Amino acid sequence: MEGWIALYIFMLAAFTGIEVIRRVPAILHTPLMSGSNFIHGIVVVGGMVVLGMADTTAEIVVGFIAVFLGAGNAVGGYVVTERMLEMFKSSDKNKKE
Amino acid sequence: MPGLDFIVPAAYFAAAVLFIYGLKGMSSPVTARSGMIWAGVAMLLAVLVTFVHPKVTGNYGLMLIALVSASVLAWWWARIVAMTDMPQMIALYNGMGGGSAAAIAAVELLKVHSGQVSMVPTTLLVAAFGAIIGSIAFSGSLIAFAKLQGWMRKSWRFPGQQVVNLVVFVATLAVGAWIFIDGPSPMLLLAFFALALVAGILITVPIGGADMPVVISLYNALTGIAVGFKGYVLEIPALMIAGIVVGAAGTLLTQLMAKAMNRPLSNVLFSGFGKADEDAAAGPATGEMKSIDATDAAIQMAYAEKVIIVPGYGMAVAQAQHKIWELTELLTSRGVKVTFAIHPVAGRMPGHMNVLLAEAGVPYDLIFDLEDINAQFPTTDVALVIGANDVVNPAARKDSSSPIYGMPILDVDKARNCIVIKRGQGTGFSGIENLLFFEDNTRMLYGDAQKVAQALISGVKALG
Repeated sequence: MEGWIALYIFMLAAFTGIEVIRRVPAILHTPLMSGSNFIHGIVVVGGMVVLGMADTTAEIVVGFIAVFLGAGNAVGGYVVTERMLEMFKSSDKNKKE
Repeated sequence: MPGLDFIVPAAYFAAAVLFIYGLKGMSSPVTARSGMIWAGVAMLLAVLVTFVHPKVTGNYGLMLIALVSASVLAWWWARIVAMTDMPQMIALYNGMGGGSAAAIAAVELLKVHSGQVSMVPTTLLVAAFGAIIGSIAFSGSLIAFAKLQGWMRKSWRFPGQQVVNLVVFVATLAVGAWIFIDGPSPMLLLAFFALALVAGILITVPIGGADMPVVISLYNALTGIAVGFKGYVLEIPALMIAGIVVGAAGTLLTQLMAKAMNRPLSNVLFSGFGKADEDAAAGPATGEMKSIDATDAAIQMAYAEKVIIVPGYGMAVAQAQHKIWELTELLTSRGVKVTFAIHPVAGRMPGHMNVLLAEAGVPYDLIFDLEDINAQFPTTDVALVIGANDVVNPAARKDSSSPIYGMPILDVDKARNCIVIKRGQGTGFSGIENLLFFEDNTRMLYGDAQKVAQALISGVKALG
């Protein structure tokens, strides 16, 4: 990929990341950390691509590990975040009562 | 009918949009859950479409096995752990992401070696840096997980540690440079990854105490950056965007957390918490700890006008949040004004206590941050500290030799009476002596937080 375009993408993504969470209340810091942990689980896609290209045993083994770890990141990150947010929902209800 | 060369990038683009939208949703409690669901949809879409990615030409069976087995395991484990163990689960899953990024780099570099893939120098450089960052995030997160899980010692130091760390790090960069010049041979790659992994371990082993959450957040940001770099190498912009968004957000979050402790990040990483352990142990703690039994404590609280509860990790360990809320309701019904004060780094992560209190059903409007409540302690009758330690240690204000000197704390020692629920007499997670326990107005209430809370409830009820 053209280096400058990549640099622009990185720059814009960095500002997006900062803006998106800038005014988050402390109460959401942990769920947010967990949520962003889930989002970088997208690395599983990269793992699938390299495993899909792998030919030698070494490449296949390492590629398999990449997919395995990436999928664990995505799924585990999702479930942990979901469980945290479940609790906030119940507390909202209590507040209304 | 558009071809795959359109569908695949289009799906990745949609995924990138949904990730940002989902993360944005997570910045408010009201939209957090729907935001998460959109991010989940994005992930599913991206994974499905990757099966028809033009570069993917085989190993579909293995891919499915890896996806399904990891998903089932991760889902099952994340489901069964107690809420109190969530911080280490974040560390664990984050480490897996870092490991995945490192493994991707390994395959790519092996391909370069066999000549199947050629990389321009820039790409090779980005691939190598992604490999280092991913490896450090992987081994560092696993150490953090093991520490929080109680599988290894809290902090481990040896003389000349800084020098060893520096040597390992420089050696990693040197081997990286060698790869850059000579090309990636398997032996060099092995040394490269081994050194990077060791660097991650060495950086993390000395870190303990209240610094742990900051480190987990830092590794989360690092994994994001590593993933972003892999996106560049593999030419998948969705990975670049998701990775760097997380990297930037995570870096900001890490800084917010370090700031909440009034410690620069470099201090957290290199000077180390509890470096002054030995000095502090012989520190200026004078007087003795005075204990109180639950009945007397209950009387004190029941006849108080104003009570502030300060929860810490001890509450999390004992799963005492439900009993504490029951006690709060009981006291409130007697006309006592009860509020909660939460230190930004109480527990093992920022917001950890908020999550647990929310689980027990404590309404938001009773929970206050440090800046909002500190001025109220002097007019408070009883400050009830539940298994919190460093965040209420007046040494942070009084003792300039203390490793936590300068960290903002909750001024519970300024309350008229302070009751500390604690399991035993030892020092806390950080190993620093707590001056609070020796104050004249402090009483120690020893025991498991849940059982003590139950005893306090019975005590208050007995008063009729």
